[in-house]
Amino acid sequence: MEGDAELQDLYREVLLDYFRSSTRKGKCDPADLRAHGINPVCGDELEITAVLTDGKVAKLRYAGHGCVISQASAAMMAEALEGADIAKAKALVAAFKKLMLENGDAAGLPPELEQLASLEGVRKFPLRVKCATLGWNTVMQGFEAAKS
Amino acid sequence: MAALNAKKLREDFPILKRLVRGKPLAYLDNAATTQKPRQVIEYLADFYENHNANVHRGVHSLSEESTNMAEEARTKLAAFVGAPKPETLIFTRNATESLNLIAHAWARKFLKAGDTVLSTEMEHHSNIVPWQLLAAERGIKLEFVPVELDGTLDLAKVKAALARGPKLFTFTALSNAIGTVNPVLELIKLGKAAGAVVSVDACQWAPHRPMDLKTWGADFVSFSAHKMLGPTGVGVLWGREELLEAMDPFLGGGDMISRVTLEKTTWNVLPYKFEAGTPNYADQAAFGPALDYLTAVGLENISAHEHALAEKTRTILEAEGMTVLGPSDPDKRSGVVSFNVPGLHPHDVGTAFDLEGVAVRVGHHCCQPLMHKLQCGGTARASFYLYNDESDVEAFARALKRTLDFFKVKPKAGVH
Repeated sequence: MEGDAELQDLYREVLLDYFRSSTRKGKCDPADLRAHGINPVCGDELEITAVLTDGKVAKLRYAGHGCVISQASAAMMAEALEGADIAKAKALVAAFKKLMLENGDAAGLPPELEQLASLEGVRKFPLRVKCATLGWNTVMQGFEAAKS
Repeated sequence: MAALNAKKLREDFPILKRLVRGKPLAYLDNAATTQKPRQVIEYLADFYENHNANVHRGVHSLSEESTNMAEEARTKLAAFVGAPKPETLIFTRNATESLNLIAHAWARKFLKAGDTVLSTEMEHHSNIVPWQLLAAERGIKLEFVPVELDGTLDLAKVKAALARGPKLFTFTALSNAIGTVNPVLELIKLGKAAGAVVSVDACQWAPHRPMDLKTWGADFVSFSAHKMLGPTGVGVLWGREELLEAMDPFLGGGDMISRVTLEKTTWNVLPYKFEAGTPNYADQAAFGPALDYLTAVGLENISAHEHALAEKTRTILEAEGMTVLGPSDPDKRSGVVSFNVPGLHPHDVGTAFDLEGVAVRVGHHCCQPLMHKLQCGGTARASFYLYNDESDVEAFARALKRTLDFFKVKPKAGVH
C-alpha cells in the first residue's frame, strides 16, 4: 500500500518487536539507580531502575507508558546497557544521542547499539526524536544522581 | 439562512489546497486553531500596505484609520457576542492571558486567604494553573467539581460544591479535550444563585455556537480569535462593567493611564485600562472580517454541520472497536471526537494519520487532570469546523484503516 513505505521506514519491524517485548520491562527492587523521565509534549513516561554492582550495570529495567518509539528505544537501551561498565554505558548513551541529535552515521555505531540503527527513520520526524531519546536521557539522570 | 455549503466555503481557505506528505490536507485540528479565509488574509495585507500606524496616539490620518479599523472590530465583536458595550471587551494576547488577567487584576484584589475558587476537573491547564499560583501566593483554597467517567459534570455535585460558598466559579463551556458540551446557562445560573462570581472559558464555544452575553449573565467570559477564523495573538476577555471598573490594571505602561505624575497615576477608561502598550492592533482589526465571515455562514449552521461530521466519525471509530471518550448522548457532544486505539499510543496514531495527510491532535490536550480522571495518558483528537466536509471524514477513515492494518491492532486486545 502506498504510504506504508513511509510507515515501514519509521516503524521498522524490529522496533515493533521490541515494543511488544517484555524481557526487560519492569522494575528493579532494590535499585541503585532510579530515574523518572517524562516527555511533557505527549505524556510519554518512563521509570528506569538499575542494579549497579562493581562498577557495572548488572540489571536494568524500564517501566511506564508511551509510544512505540519511546518504548522500543527503552527496551533496546536496556538490552545494550545491561552488563556494561558504567563508563561504557555512558559512552553508549552518548553514541546513541549523537546518532539521533547530530545525524550521526548509523554505520559508525558501536556493535552493542547495532539494533538502534532501526531508529534512523525517526530523524525525519523531529518531534519524535524526543520519544526516542527519553529513556537514554532518563538513565543519564539516574547515573548522575547515583554518583552523588 | 441557507444551509452551509462546505465545498464552496473551502475555496476561501488557501491552505486547504496544499498537500501534506503528498496527500491532500485533511485539517482536523480546529480545536487547536482554525485556518484563515482569504478575506482575513487580504484584509491584513491591505492593513499593512495602506493603513498601518500606531493606534490611539497620532492625529495624522493613518493613525486615525488604523484606530478606526481596530475599534471597528471591537464593535463588531460586541454585536457578535451580545456584549452590552464594546468597551467591556478587552483584547489580550490569547484566552490564557484573559484568564490570567482575571486572576491578577480581579482575584488578587478581591479574594483573601481562605476564600475558595471552584473549578472543574474538565478544565484546560490555563483555567487551573493561574488559580494554583494564586493559591500558593495568597492562601486561597481550590476545589474542583469531579468529572464523571462519561466526561460530563453531575449538576448535583456542582450544586453541592457551590453550597460551600466559593467566591469564584470558573469553568469551561465546552471541553477542548473530549468535546463535552456543558449546560452553560444552567451552570452560570447556579453559580450566580450561590453568590459566586462566574467566569466562563468559552474558547471552544464562541467559534461554534451562538452566544449572547446579556442572556448568559456571567461575570467574565474568555475566548480567542485564532480559533474563530481570526488572526493569532488576539484573545478576548469580556467582563461585567462594574467588575472591570473596580479592578486594578493588569499591566502598567502606556495607553492604560489617564494622568501620570511621579507621585500618582490615574487609570484610563475601559477597555484601555487593561490594554497597556502598543496593542496587537493589526490582528485585532483583521478579526473584523473573520466575524463577518462567521456571521454570514451562521453559527447554528456551523455547529450543526460540524456535529454531523463528528458523529459520522464517531460511528466509524465505534464500528472498528475504538474507544471514544466523552458522553454517548449526541446532544451533549460537539464537533470534537477524542479517541484511543487499543494498545497504541496516541502519538503513533498521530504520525500514521499525518502520513495520510490527516492532521489530528494527539496528547493530553493541556488537560492532564481530566486525562488522569478518564484513565488515559492522552488521546487522538479530530475536531471539525465549517470548511470540513465528507472528504475529510473519508480521509480519516482511510487513515484509521491504514493505522489498524499496519500496527495489526485487534480491538479490545491491543497490538499483536
